[in-house]
Amino acid sequence: MNKNKGKSLKEDYNLKSSDLNTERKPTWCLGCGNYGIWNSLKKALIKLYLVPHEILIVYGIGCSGNGANFIKTYAFHALHGRALPVASGAKLANHKLNVIIMGGDGDGAGIGGNHFIHTCRRNLNMTYLMHDNKIYGLTTGQTSPTSSRGFKTKSTPSGVIEKPVNPVLLALVSGATFVARGFSGDTKHLTEIIKRAIKHRGFSFIDILQPCVTFNKINTYDFYRENIYKLDELKDYNRSDLNEAIKRSMEQEKIPTGIFYQVKEPVYEDELKQIERKPLVDHIITDVDINRLLNSYY
Amino acid sequence: MKVSNITWKIGGEAGFGILSTGVIFSKIFAKKGYFVVDNIEYPSLIRGGHNTYTVRVGSNQILSINKDINILVALNEETIKLHQEEITYGGYIVYDEAVSDVRDIKKARKDINYVMVPFSRIVSELGAPGVMINNVSLGASVALLNYDLEVLKSVIKEIFGKKGPEVVDLNIKSSELGYKYIKQKLKATAYEMEIVNPVSRMLLTGNDAVFLGAVRAGCKFYAAYPMTPSSSILHSFASIEEDYNIVTKHAEDEIAVINMAIGASFAGVRAMVATSGGGFSLMNEGIGSAAMTETPIVVVLCQRPAPATGLPTWTEQGDMLFAAHASHGEFLRVIIAPGDPEECFYLTGRAFNLADKYQIPVIIILDKYLSESHFSYEKFDFKKIIVDRGKLITNNKDIAEKYKRYLNTEDGISPRVITGTKNGIHIANSDEHDERGYSEESAYNRKLMVDKRFRKIKKLIDEIPPPRIYGPIDAEITIWSWGSCKGPILEAMNILNQKEKKVNLIHFTYLYPIDNESIAGIIESSSKNVVVENNKTSQLAKIIMMNTGYRIKNKILKYSGRQFLPEEIISGIEKIE
Repeated sequence: MNKNKGKSLKEDYNLKSSDLNTERKPTWCLGCGNYGIWNSLKKALIKLYLVPHEILIVYGIGCSGNGANFIKTYAFHALHGRALPVASGAKLANHKLNVIIMGGDGDGAGIGGNHFIHTCRRNLNMTYLMHDNKIYGLTTGQTSPTSSRGFKTKSTPSGVIEKPVNPVLLALVSGATFVARGFSGDTKHLTEIIKRAIKHRGFSFIDILQPCVTFNKINTYDFYRENIYKLDELKDYNRSDLNEAIKRSMEQEKIPTGIFYQVKEPVYEDELKQIERKPLVDHIITDVDINRLLNSYY
Repeated sequence: MKVSNITWKIGGEAGFGILSTGVIFSKIFAKKGYFVVDNIEYPSLIRGGHNTYTVRVGSNQILSINKDINILVALNEETIKLHQEEITYGGYIVYDEAVSDVRDIKKARKDINYVMVPFSRIVSELGAPGVMINNVSLGASVALLNYDLEVLKSVIKEIFGKKGPEVVDLNIKSSELGYKYIKQKLKATAYEMEIVNPVSRMLLTGNDAVFLGAVRAGCKFYAAYPMTPSSSILHSFASIEEDYNIVTKHAEDEIAVINMAIGASFAGVRAMVATSGGGFSLMNEGIGSAAMTETPIVVVLCQRPAPATGLPTWTEQGDMLFAAHASHGEFLRVIIAPGDPEECFYLTGRAFNLADKYQIPVIIILDKYLSESHFSYEKFDFKKIIVDRGKLITNNKDIAEKYKRYLNTEDGISPRVITGTKNGIHIANSDEHDERGYSEESAYNRKLMVDKRFRKIKKLIDEIPPPRIYGPIDAEITIWSWGSCKGPILEAMNILNQKEKKVNLIHFTYLYPIDNESIAGIIESSSKNVVVENNKTSQLAKIIMMNTGYRIKNKILKYSGRQFLPEEIISGIEKIE
């Protein structure tokens, strides 16, 4: 693992997925897509030999955010829409942490939309999992920014008038260096995508299609099983071609999943001379000498 | 005429370098041991509009600018029209007849001197750019005061050195020509400052002092979104971040700013943000998030007249109650309002300790006047700022088995760990949570955690110093005030107490929480009380009434977007029955 040089050796590593469970049992509805994401993430962390105390997961608010209680790593359950900036600050303070962000479609494409755009273009080495169920679940079923046109909900009884936000396309045009889409009903595929996203150096984004069994009767498991296909199955798909990725992200008939785009670009924290030697948090601050600074005010 | 203090003012169009000219004038005196207070006034635009810079220089300590101007440098006609009434009897206007037709204007004041200096002709003969009339005016001003031209030349060298020798040379030559012109034209000097002990003094603003205090206190993460009058703190941090191992982040908005700082603090570093009222409005939910997750955070609020965009470049103390109640829900926070840059420096150091020790948000309130005006000081004793991070566990061995982040302790403060420490895994939760951090909604737990968080107040209130009393204990009139009103009030007090009026000042630097009983005791023992505040609704009086039940009826309030002048406080006090 390039992120944890020498810290956890494969040979000594004996954690299994269930070791990442907390003493709290998930509170999601039976059949909720969050279970698939929860399991896939835990598996990916184990497969990458990551140790729990070196991981920080920052959660937004929503059903996905309640997951803060169910994975045993360092966790910050942030305000609605604010997981990305909390994660960014933590990463800048200690870039040795493996930072992962979990939030819903309302959290990331609605109230936190501005942070989403700017975090994509910032390219900090973090991974963002958007739980995209196209509905506000925790508030009992209102439209979300990713809901399809015409979708009838408690807040849109006559159907949604606006067009949906396309999180994959938004991430691509905002400068994310790893953009993928997964499906919570295919945990094997999703685990692999999450693994690659975490391994990617730079900002990685995964739009995870997730059925809400209670409030979304349109985007169901069956709906996705019938309508998705895997980019990996295409013979000559070039992941480093942004135009191709954008084109694929806009496909509507069949929904592509897999990795749309992955490129190596300068990582934000690598550009900061002040943390080249060690993370900010490792500096001793008990006696900072500001004599030279004071002298500059004469 | 030998004088102990003078006030100099320069006025002209925005974009004419009034700010740098004013700073140079302040510096040439601070460098040689004089006391300096200055004030810049400018509109919220980049070119055009009227700018002024006022500098008061004293051979004894001075604490604020004052009303009467001795020398007015008018770079345009508007300056004369707008400000000649402010000139004291026998004072001077230095102007250029090429840009100011003074024939009619002159009739307004027979008691002052109009001194023509051909600023524009001098620079054009020199082949220098028009903006250099500033330096001509500086040279002329130095000559009027019979001050040392060499000091001016050395400051110009320091300030323009980066721009290369040619620029420095032109600046110096134009100032020399201004100097010579006055020396040849006027045989006498206008004023001459009394000689002082030549200790060189620092010249810095409240914002500078907050920045310096934060760097000394070990602030490692600073985030901001530009907003007048807080932006200079961002510029200062950005200019030294590599040298002092600090990350400075200009984020997408103030919501990101506060949340980034919370994230950095959660990861274990000291973090600060600064903004003005509008940005602070956006930060409100974040302040609550810091409170609920018990993440230390220092927020600097540089006030300006509001609501909405308000008067972006002017001053007011209108946001104190807002800060005291910022964010939804009930929680503990500390509000600190320094009265001058010296207090800005040391109290910023204290702010970081309080945030860390009590794991709460600490809000430092300045206003445009304090944020952007320069004051002169002997070097701060930075060793006096001592870092105390409270119950922060830095060593894995010291973490209790079955660590509980929100342990229900006797003093309400739970040991905190640095994220990444092996045995400290926990969840910091913006939902109400149990001792482990897990979301928990039971009635028993809710009350337990609210009480735990509020229990910190007992220790906190013991640690917070009471308001400071200035002047005689048995004064007839007691002034109650806070923050940047301190300087003008103390100046007014010195004058009033010469006339045996016996005024004293209770000055609050810590506004929340306050020790109700000690405040009530002071009110009971003073015969006449008056609040002096730079706002419309007497917010300190409200805080006092809220906490003690005492109503202070006499109020001297100013809310014109300008700070108090000592003369205004004197006349306000004299009107009290």
